[in-house]
Amino acid sequence: MIRSDRILGVVVVIVALVFITSAYNLPQGNLFDKLGPKAFPIIVAIGMIVSAAGLILRPDPEADWPEMPSLLSIGFATVVLVGYAYSLKPLGFLAPTAIAAAILSYQISPRPIPAVLTGIGLSVGLFVIFKYALGLGLFALPRSLMG
Amino acid sequence: MDILSNLALGFEVALSPMTLFLAVVGCFLGTIIGALPGLGPSNGVAILIPITFTMGLDATAALVLLTSVYYGAMYGGRISSILLNIPGDEPAMMTTLDGYPMARNGRAGDALVISGVASFVGALLATIALALVAPYLARIAYKFGPAEYFALYALAFATLGGMASNNQAKSALASFIGLGIALIGIDNNSGFTRFTGGNLHLADGIDFLVAIVGLFAVSEVFFFIESHGKGSAVGVALGKVTVPWREIWSTRWTMLRSSAVGFVAGVLPGAGASLGSFMTYMMEKSIAGKNGGFGTGVAKGVAAPEAGNNAAAGGALVPMLTLGVPGSGTTAVLLAVLMTLNITPGPTLFADRPEVVWGLIAALLIANFVLLAMNVPMVKVFVRILQVPPAILLPGVTMISFVGIYSLSGSYFDLLLMVGFGVMGYLFRKMDIPTVPVILGILLGYQMENNLRHAMTLSGGEWTYLLSSPISIGLWIAAALGFIAPMFLRRYLRKPQMVTD
Repeated sequence: MIRSDRILGVVVVIVALVFITSAYNLPQGNLFDKLGPKAFPIIVAIGMIVSAAGLILRPDPEADWPEMPSLLSIGFATVVLVGYAYSLKPLGFLAPTAIAAAILSYQISPRPIPAVLTGIGLSVGLFVIFKYALGLGLFALPRSLMG
Repeated sequence: MDILSNLALGFEVALSPMTLFLAVVGCFLGTIIGALPGLGPSNGVAILIPITFTMGLDATAALVLLTSVYYGAMYGGRISSILLNIPGDEPAMMTTLDGYPMARNGRAGDALVISGVASFVGALLATIALALVAPYLARIAYKFGPAEYFALYALAFATLGGMASNNQAKSALASFIGLGIALIGIDNNSGFTRFTGGNLHLADGIDFLVAIVGLFAVSEVFFFIESHGKGSAVGVALGKVTVPWREIWSTRWTMLRSSAVGFVAGVLPGAGASLGSFMTYMMEKSIAGKNGGFGTGVAKGVAAPEAGNNAAAGGALVPMLTLGVPGSGTTAVLLAVLMTLNITPGPTLFADRPEVVWGLIAALLIANFVLLAMNVPMVKVFVRILQVPPAILLPGVTMISFVGIYSLSGSYFDLLLMVGFGVMGYLFRKMDIPTVPVILGILLGYQMENNLRHAMTLSGGEWTYLLSSPISIGLWIAAALGFIAPMFLRRYLRKPQMVTD
């Protein structure tokens, strides 16, 4: 039976093998650094393989995953956050924050008008706090507009 | 008397207007953070760290602010436990058992006052015990060489991992993943770049603050999206708050016992505040016996876990300050603060930077009185804040996390990593894989490897050197026991789900 524990276990084993192969290309230790840079990573990777094997051989009962619609909206939230990360610098603080906060707010409680108000309120409120009370160097708008 | 002159130094630092102001602000923010379901001490402190740094606070000020938040959150957690039957943070879970029934009986005010006083007693006694025990432990720690430190780190992983999950393989996996993440970047000893896959952004390694904020704060928003903010159940109204003096007096032994047990639970690496409150509640329940009425809303049932978890919070600072090994999730976060401030916790901290240690201890003593004032007479203010809906709170927390991390490095890549850690935190917590060992691994990986390499160089590559002193043998035995014992105790002591701190 395929369980998420097993999937994770296999993924970790693959990552650990990549770790080990990559560590083998590192140089040996010398007199002043007996172990060198490769020994500890290999120990850690072996630890990863052993504990991942534990997951593959004796997985726990399947985790209580949410239904498909919830999974999709969590995936969508991730995409929104990634987009937010990319846009914060080129587009300034206000617009991306308002949009991202409004979407997250709508996803938690699907009422459009409060969500939009939350987005705008958080964006403006946090900007004022960060910029003027805490003195962080934020840009409100795209820098090209600010001249 | 050494300790008195040390404390005098501490109060000199702590009684400056700025430090006092920060302590009050920290207590206030902390109580709010603790009271709000979904925000607890570890993620509350986590999102505040980047902001603290960008404000340019010095080491003592930053520590005072953040530990006040930590203590405040431990106090605040009980408010929503009692009024909403939802623990405001994990250590406050046991408080729901008697606190909510008490509130249902129309005694919400009494429950809040009794638990507030119990929190005060627990935290105050633990802070005093911290001042007494920590310098002593620091002196022992002077005897530690690289082999002992390596064993000590192994002990921290073993006990924290042993307690943190119901499945040992998962705790071990989490620790190794954390250690693996710590190895990414340039190796400081040899100058070789490791495991970056050629990505230049990774050459400096992964900042542990990014991982902490992602795992603890960003992952929370996914949980609320999944549940649509449900679970913010109907609360109980809070009437007039009076102080039930006689009932508080009747719980005096409960408070003292629970403070002692909680403190010890806190000092043990890995046990932490949740275990402190669990153990004290169970202990008092069996002392009171069947006629004690535990679970129906009795004063001792709220006093025990609150004294216990607040004492554990103070206890957990002991190994963090003296050995550089955190005893719980939140102290791991505080360790990250110290490391970012270029302060190496450990025995030398007490000798080299006494003003930091004793200033912190003095500030904590002061913070306790501030917290008592906030949490008993002013508790109604915080009850009002509880009504902030999650649809505003969680987006706000996420945005603060983004700005905080962005202001540290100004790099979109760190933000992407943070989102990645957020997703990882969600998946791991769903699968009952503890996230605290991951953090611990990222924090301690560098030190652990360094000590191992140092030990091997000293011994000329002889692995038995790791077991060459009684201290290190003792630590390894303790580590093995700490990892294995929970497997056998699990039948009796099954950890409630979702407890990670």
